[in-house]
Amino acid sequence: MMFRLLNFEYNNLLMKKLFTLLLSLFAFSGFAAEPAEEGGKFDPGQMITHHIGDEHSWEFAHGATLHLPVILYGKNGLDIFSSKNFYDEHGNLKPYNGYVKEHGHIYYANEAGEPLTETNAEGEEHHAGPLDFSITKNVASLFLSVALLLIIFFTIAGRYKANAGKAPKGIQSFFEPIIIFIRDEVAKPNIGPKYERYVPYLLTIFFFIWFNNMLGLMPGGANLTGNIAVTMVLAVFTLLVTLFSSNKAYWAHIFKTPGVPVALLPIMIPIELVGILTKPFSLMVRLFANITAGHIIILSLFSLIFIFESIAIGPVSVAFAVFMNFLELFVALLQAYVFTLLTAMYFGGATEEHDHVEDMGFGGNVKDHH
Amino acid sequence: MELVTPGIGLIFWQTVTFIIVLFLLSKFAWKPIMASLRQREDSIESALRMADQAKLEMQALKADNEKLLQEARIERDRILREASEAGTAIVEQAKARANEEGTRMVANARQAIENEKKAALTEVKNTAAALSIEIAERILKRELANPQAQQALVNDYIKEVNLN
Repeated sequence: MMFRLLNFEYNNLLMKKLFTLLLSLFAFSGFAAEPAEEGGKFDPGQMITHHIGDEHSWEFAHGATLHLPVILYGKNGLDIFSSKNFYDEHGNLKPYNGYVKEHGHIYYANEAGEPLTETNAEGEEHHAGPLDFSITKNVASLFLSVALLLIIFFTIAGRYKANAGKAPKGIQSFFEPIIIFIRDEVAKPNIGPKYERYVPYLLTIFFFIWFNNMLGLMPGGANLTGNIAVTMVLAVFTLLVTLFSSNKAYWAHIFKTPGVPVALLPIMIPIELVGILTKPFSLMVRLFANITAGHIIILSLFSLIFIFESIAIGPVSVAFAVFMNFLELFVALLQAYVFTLLTAMYFGGATEEHDHVEDMGFGGNVKDHH
Repeated sequence: MELVTPGIGLIFWQTVTFIIVLFLLSKFAWKPIMASLRQREDSIESALRMADQAKLEMQALKADNEKLLQEARIERDRILREASEAGTAIVEQAKARANEEGTRMVANARQAIENEKKAALTEVKNTAAALSIEIAERILKRELANPQAQQALVNDYIKEVNLN
C-alpha cells in the first residue's frame, strides 16, 4: 500500500519539488498512520525491489493504472490477454485461464489456483510457468522511448533536408552538437580511420541509453536501463559488432599475444578469450548497477520517512532526494557516454592494425580500459 | 537474485526493438544527418578557403596598385625634372642668344659709329678744305691786291697749314 503513496510523492517531486515539499508534509502525515491501523509493517526492501523491477501493469500514480497485455507461450500454446484479468473487483490477485500471477511472475495454476510445482532433474522444486513475452511496464516504456527517438530524429533529419546548407534551428541545434561530439570525440579518436561505419550504431546506442535513463527518472517511469536484460542485449550487440568487425590483428593478438613467450601462451590464450567476454560483461553490469543504484538511493531516502514514522524527517528526505535526482540526471548522461565510449574503444581495438608490439592490443588513445 | 536474472520477455522485446530502431535510425536519421553535416562542413571549408584566396588576391591587387602608383609617381618626377631641365636649357639658350645678339649689335653700332666718324671727319676735312679755300680765296682776293703781300701770305699759309 505504502509504495503507491510513495510513488505518488516521488513523481510529484520530480515535477515540482516545492509543491512536493509541502505535499510531503501534509499528505504523508495523513497516510503515515495507515500501516499501523492495518497492522501492516512498512518494508522498504520489498517496496524498493518492487519499484526497480518489472510489472505487468503500469501504475503512473495511485489509482491510475494501465493494465498491459500479457503474452504467454508454453504448453497451452500462445495466450494473449489483459493483465487486468488477474485482479478481481477489489484489486486482489486471482487465477485466470489456467495461469496464476505471484510476485510479478506468471505460473501455471493447479486445481487450487496456486502455482504449479515441478521437480527438476536435480530434485529441486520450483514453480513451473510459460515463457512470458508480455508487454510489461519495461517493454511499454521501451516502445515509448523508441517512439520518442524515432519522432525526434526523423524530425531532425527532415530539418536537415528542409534547410540544407543553412544553420541549424530549434531541436536540430540542440542535438547537433551532441551528434558531432559522438562523431568527433567518441568515434573518430577511438576507432580510427574506419570510424564512419560505426557512427550510426554509436549514435543509436548513446541516444537509446540516454533517453531511457531520463525516462526512468520521469514520474512513474520504468527502470528500463536498470534492468539486466536490457543492458545484456545492448552489451551483446556491442560484442557481436566487435566480433564481426574484428580483423586478423585482433585475433592474432588473442592467440599469439605479441611479446609473450610461447611457453606462456597456454595461459594467455584462455585469459584473452575470457577477455573478449569480460568487456561486454562490464558494460552490462556498469549500466545496470549505476541506474538501479540511483533508483534505490532515491527510494531509500523516501523510505526514511516511513521508517522513522515522522513528519520532521520529510524535508530532510526530500532535500536529499532532490539532490540525488540532479545527480541522477547527470549520471543518465554520463552512463550513456561511458557505454558509447567503451563500445567505440572495443570497436577500435577490433579494427586497428597493430604495428607496434608495445601497443599490446590497445589503441593509441585508450586511457581507461576497465 | 531476481534483479540480476534477465527475463526472456524483455530480452526478446529489447532485441527486436533495438534491431528495428537501429535500422530505422541508421537509414532514415543518421544517414541524412551525417550527410548534411559533412556537406555543410565541406561548404564551410570551401568558403573559408575561397575567402583566404580572395584575401590573397586582394593583397596582390593592392600591391599592384601600389606599384602602379609608385611608377606613376616616378614618371611624374621624371617629367617634372625633364621639364625643369628643358626650361633651364631654354632660358640659358635665350640668354646666350641675347648675349650674342647684344655683342653683335654693339659691334655693329661701333662699326657704324666708326663709319659715321670717318664720314664726319671726311666731311669736316672737306668742309675745312672748302672753308680754307673760300677763306683763302677771300684773303687772296683781298691780299692779292698787293702782289708782294700775296706772295708773303701764300708763303706763310703754306708754312702754317699742314695737310692733315
